Amino acid sequence: MNEFAGSQHVIEFIYLVASALFILSLKWMSSPATARHGIWAGEIGMVLAIAGTLLHHGIVDYKWIAVGLVLGSGIGIPLGMVQMTAVPQRTALSHAFGALCVTLVGTAEFYLRTPNVPKFMMSVLSMEVILGGLTFTGSLMAAGKLQEILPQRPITYKGQNLVNFLLFGVAVASAVYLVVHPEAKQLFSLIVGVSLLFGVLLVIPIGGADMPTVISLLNGYAGLSAAAMGFVLQNKLLIIAGALDGSSGLILSVIMSKAMNRSFTNVLFGAFGQVQAAAAGAEEARPVHSATAEEAAAILSAANKVVIVPGYGMAVAQAQHKVRELYDILTKKGVDVRFAIHPVAGRMPGHMNVLLAEADIPYDRLIEMDEINGDFPQTDVALVIGANDVTNPAARSDSTSPIFGMPILDVDKAHTVMVIKRGMSPGFAGIDNPLYYLPNTLMLFGDAKQFVGAIVRELSGGH
Amino acid sequence: MNSTLIDSLFIFMLACFIGFEVIRHVSPLLHTPLMSLTNALDAIAVVGAIVMVGERKSEFATVLGVIAIVAATSNVVGGFFITDRMLKMFKSSRPTK
Repeated sequence: MNEFAGSQHVIEFIYLVASALFILSLKWMSSPATARHGIWAGEIGMVLAIAGTLLHHGIVDYKWIAVGLVLGSGIGIPLGMVQMTAVPQRTALSHAFGALCVTLVGTAEFYLRTPNVPKFMMSVLSMEVILGGLTFTGSLMAAGKLQEILPQRPITYKGQNLVNFLLFGVAVASAVYLVVHPEAKQLFSLIVGVSLLFGVLLVIPIGGADMPTVISLLNGYAGLSAAAMGFVLQNKLLIIAGALDGSSGLILSVIMSKAMNRSFTNVLFGAFGQVQAAAAGAEEARPVHSATAEEAAAILSAANKVVIVPGYGMAVAQAQHKVRELYDILTKKGVDVRFAIHPVAGRMPGHMNVLLAEADIPYDRLIEMDEINGDFPQTDVALVIGANDVTNPAARSDSTSPIFGMPILDVDKAHTVMVIKRGMSPGFAGIDNPLYYLPNTLMLFGDAKQFVGAIVRELSGGH
Repeated sequence: MNSTLIDSLFIFMLACFIGFEVIRHVSPLLHTPLMSLTNALDAIAVVGAIVMVGERKSEFATVLGVIAIVAATSNVVGGFFITDRMLKMFKSSRPTK
């Protein structure tokens, strides 16, 4: 390591300020009122840190740094402008980019230092490239699934968990060997290669409905790999930023796994998303009640309290703006309209909130599951738009159901339930939803956007 | 293990505790922007890549480093940009004080 040059003290001080700004940035995210200050704090911290780094005494050539910064900004701007419905895949892609950076720097560091790598250094370096490598390919797979380039259905085969476990074992064992025998440098490329492959295999068996957990987990891994990189480079700012990102991702994965009734260890080892080949046998035609847009409009305008339950289907149909029109017209008629947000509705944590906020629905109308569940018995109409499993009462009552025990929105307790749905096909997990056969449930068959639009027309025409 | 590494471990542990405490208080309303923000902050890894490219120790390291700078910078720029766009959309129905 280089001795501290004069500029190094300045850089360390700048990093100290940047670390404080990063922590403040996350702290201000706790409420929508202060969240935008959080971005400014983060941006100032980032600019300071990058500017400070450029003072580093060891830097002899700025040309390629400038090229990288300019190219990266050029790619970053369009990635910042994607549509809100594309945010989950954009997020997955950015996890991949973050992990790519960490893996490449780790790889280069190894070849610069080998064979004189101290044991501790080698251990964190291996951790950096294993986590970085699997996050890179895993996130690319997740992004591909979310963008529907890859099939959303889980891809499974016999002995999948065993293969994954063995691959991970090979990576860890090689890393341990390399720590003990630093001269065996050809093992390093094996570690990187196996980690990349492991990332692919880890994510292919995971279906779309499990994406919120996977994205959070990959977020956590990306953070931890960056923290490991901080250990390798002895850069405290990087350790702090990585630890913050890592803990954020892990907290979100815990919240998501709780919302899906899966244990955290289950999530950590990637054993999630193994959708049971659901017993789709019992296909007897049970009667459902359906209604037209006209009837739905009449019921809604007679209601005092309406709770709208959005799900991924609303995002797919891009129905959020029509839903806003419905919200406006009902609110004008004096109906109390609120939105019930299940933690895993959509494809990433908070997905529904962003879509509804984009459609200009005030955020104080978006109510979390625990808060709103007690209100359903006093609710006149629960309108379910593109949500399925998160409203399935079998999770409460039927211990044979694959989703038994998962916390759900108790929409079935509302006086009237209306479900906008394309047809009677079961949800993603292939589980039948008894909600649809309840006497107080009305099925509104059609495309979410068109159907909500039709209700809005009825409501505005009727006056 | 020398004292710098021990120091680093202390910093890591404390930062994890701060992270857990701070993130726990983030409203579920903002989980999506939270993720894009932490992603942007995480891209601070770019500083490691900058030093590596600037020192020009080997061609190999420089090539990997430049790709790393591109990847991380796109996260910095894109991450802050989209987080800001998202947060601008969150409006309250009550008049702002």
